[in-house]
Amino acid sequence: MDLKLKYYLQIADNALILSHRLSEYCSRAPFLEEDLANTNVALDLIGIAEATLEQAAIIQGKGLSGDDLAYRRPENEFYNTLLVEQPNKDFAYIVVRQFLTDAYHVAFFSELTKSKDPFLSALAYKSIKEVTYHLRRSSEWMVRLGDGTEEAHVKVQTALDSLWKFAKEFFKETDADIFMQNKGFGADLSKVETAWNQKIREIYIMATLKYPPLNDSQVYGGKEGKHSEYLGHILAEMQFLPNKYPDAKW
Amino acid sequence: MLTQTINEEKLLAEFEAKINAEIKIEPKDWMPDEYRKHLIRQMSQHAHSEVIGMQPEGNWITRAPSLRSKKILLAKIQDEGGHGLYLYSAAETLGVSRDQFIQWLHEGKAKYSSVFNYPTLNWADIGAIGWLVDGAAITNQVSLQRTSYGPYSRAMVRICKEESFHQRQGYEIMWRMMEGTVDQQKMAQDAIDRWWWPALMMFGPHDTDSPRTSLAMKWRIKRESNDQLREKFINKTISQAEIIGLKVPDPNLIRNEDGTFKHGDINWDEFWQVVGGNGPCNQQRLEHHFNVHKEGAWVRESAIAYNIKHTNNQ
Ligand SMILES: [Fe+2]
Ligand SMILES: [Fe+2]
Repeated sequence: MDLKLKYYLQIADNALILSHRLSEYCSRAPFLEEDLANTNVALDLIGIAEATLEQAAIIQGKGLSGDDLAYRRPENEFYNTLLVEQPNKDFAYIVVRQFLTDAYHVAFFSELTKSKDPFLSALAYKSIKEVTYHLRRSSEWMVRLGDGTEEAHVKVQTALDSLWKFAKEFFKETDADIFMQNKGFGADLSKVETAWNQKIREIYIMATLKYPPLNDSQVYGGKEGKHSEYLGHILAEMQFLPNKYPDAKW
Repeated sequence: MLTQTINEEKLLAEFEAKINAEIKIEPKDWMPDEYRKHLIRQMSQHAHSEVIGMQPEGNWITRAPSLRSKKILLAKIQDEGGHGLYLYSAAETLGVSRDQFIQWLHEGKAKYSSVFNYPTLNWADIGAIGWLVDGAAITNQVSLQRTSYGPYSRAMVRICKEESFHQRQGYEIMWRMMEGTVDQQKMAQDAIDRWWWPALMMFGPHDTDSPRTSLAMKWRIKRESNDQLREKFINKTISQAEIIGLKVPDPNLIRNEDGTFKHGDINWDEFWQVVGGNGPCNQQRLEHHFNVHKEGAWVRESAIAYNIKHTNNQ
């Protein structure tokens, strides 16, 4: 696989799969305003995925479209992290998953603005405004849940302890990450991780949560195309119509 | 007692004079109890419809066949939620809280549009809902922009701007499918076959069988009758169907000489069955709303607890 292409797919797939999880949550939020805000985030992320996939299709040079890459690619060629494909177990899981990812997105796109790849730096500049807003929102929820009622505190701590094992895959370097960094095209992941850590610590203190969780061991795989059992189901649903009616245009 | 009656009569006369002069009634103005009650019922039903309507469309978000269609659908459903918000706020000016409206919905004391008690079974249903259901809603809402209650009228003006997009987007899904493969064409026809009659029923019973219409018309809450609105809708929609090769499932449809249409008999038994709670999805829709609300309680409570804690600390 072309390493530049893989790098693009890593970016696109995190946004695509997380937006898919958020779109599953539509009409299920604790109150109406939150439902709309959740949809906003999903829409921003689809926008990032769409732009990146279209560019990835051009890099690939096989005459495919961005949609083809989203809807006709096999599971083991998706490169999102395991975190973003985790299910909407409850609102606390959704908030923690979102917060960990938003903090990554802000740190990552900030670094990526320095990219010598004109598409990636433009994408970074455009996305940073959106993901900064996402992070503000998910941070506020972390604190409201962590420092609100006892029940919410327990729920958000449980979600954190459960999802933490997937939190650091963002910084696990793949061959694509190394290739792109060496060319001056990719973000420096060690700097991204430092910035991420700082934000995470800050919010966990404000939210009165235990940080870091007692068990710090990590599970990796998504960025190499080795996923959890969840991704297959996501794709089975997402790709259902193009799979069933391959000749149809919608 | 006597002065009270005279007072009421005077107030009512003033109220009706305003209505006749096309001056909007505002929340602080005196209004007859019946007027307030009618608005509380109609506006909350309208708000609930926007929100419950998110469910049948939400059923296809995760299966939208392209990134573009997924974005459009998500944004559309988000708009509907937003309409729900405007309408709850407008309805709250009548002195009832959103929590109370939601409780009445859960207790079965408040209704929502029966059309959302039908299932979405294929992707063309998303097109059919935008085109037919939003199309019918717009016909009604355009008329309601001139309703006599100020907050309701202003909410309708805002909502109508967004609704026309919904209808166009829905129609676009339909014509794309009609230009597509045979399978797609079949799905599109199947969708109009199932959604046509429920869309016509959205306007409510015939004027002759609609008990509340006369007072609502007199006080200009409603500006056009159920049958007038239904006719407007079919006249604009049938030609849209024909252009893209869809057949309206009405064997008794009559084409008048002036190009307008007269529809065949509506199955009112079905209508009243669904209104009465016995449609295909009534229970599912209400349970979904109820469960989501219940499951979200701890989140709302924590947000309130946090606010109290941090306002007191300052
Ligand atoms: Fe609406
Ligand atoms: Fe609409």
